[in-house]
Amino acid sequence: MKVGVVTFPGSLDDGDAARAVRLAGAEPVRLWHAEPDLRGVDAVVLPGGFSYGDYLRCGAIARFAPVMEPLADAAEAGLPVLGICNGFQVLCEAHLLPGALTRNAHLHFRNRDVRLRIESNHTAWTTGYDVDQEIVVPLKSGEGRYVADQATLDELEATGRVVARYAGPNPNGSMRDIAAISNAAGNVVGIMPHPEHAVEALTGASTDGLSFFTSVLKHLAGAAA
Amino acid sequence: MARVVVDVMLKPEILDPQGQAVANALPRLGVDAVSSVRVGRRIELEFDGPPDLTKVNELADRLLANPVIEDYTVTVDGQPVPSTPAAPAAPAEEESA
Repeated sequence: MKVGVVTFPGSLDDGDAARAVRLAGAEPVRLWHAEPDLRGVDAVVLPGGFSYGDYLRCGAIARFAPVMEPLADAAEAGLPVLGICNGFQVLCEAHLLPGALTRNAHLHFRNRDVRLRIESNHTAWTTGYDVDQEIVVPLKSGEGRYVADQATLDELEATGRVVARYAGPNPNGSMRDIAAISNAAGNVVGIMPHPEHAVEALTGASTDGLSFFTSVLKHLAGAAA
Repeated sequence: MARVVVDVMLKPEILDPQGQAVANALPRLGVDAVSSVRVGRRIELEFDGPPDLTKVNELADRLLANPVIEDYTVTVDGQPVPSTPAAPAAPAEEESA
């Protein structure tokens, strides 16, 4: 299995994302923002960081990067895509996920381990979790506050597309404590905290994040069978 | 040459913590009579010739502003340009934070 990891100018967590992919048992393939080529990968991770300096709005310029053209088409066709932190912002700007991520309500950058409650294991990236399972992964963002209009929030809840919520105190003011959502098909997931930083006991708060990366391999193996 | 100005503001129902932080600083300058501050963004584009207004609106709608959370107005050489959004976005959830 090949899992692509996109590097934009200003990406920070592409290295850790590729490492998480390798620890999960897949081959990480580095994808470059300026090349409209997915190199035959089976899934894609959009990593955290500050793509294009996060100028204008987080993810607003990255959304028009050449690599995003084939990626958006492939995502619509069912390619599993995981957007982490800045990657989540890019997916919202690209309208592959609804809503937007805005400045934390208290204006402070939040850098700490957070507890999440998994609410859906029907996505390509969360089959390895139990519903209501609590996991601990790091959060590090200044613009992590999920917002959407009421109808969108209601629809997300009614259709099981809230993938994870903050189980402890809401760290950024996200509406309805939302930390992660998916598209209707469940192949595109955006998450604000960082599962790729919680995959090894030596460096992570836990190894709870690894299941995002093993889940997608299981999902792909099931799809191929 | 034409100067196109795009003014972008967070929608009124979207929390603006930046504006609140500015509002909190006003009393330090002896100003107590301000009930609300909102912070927006002004973008100026210099076109070599007459701008294609449809294209300008598309730029504003797709890149310069995010209509999910922001409103924008476009003016060319000081004259307002009617916006042509694809579909009006529903108002975001009311919040009092």
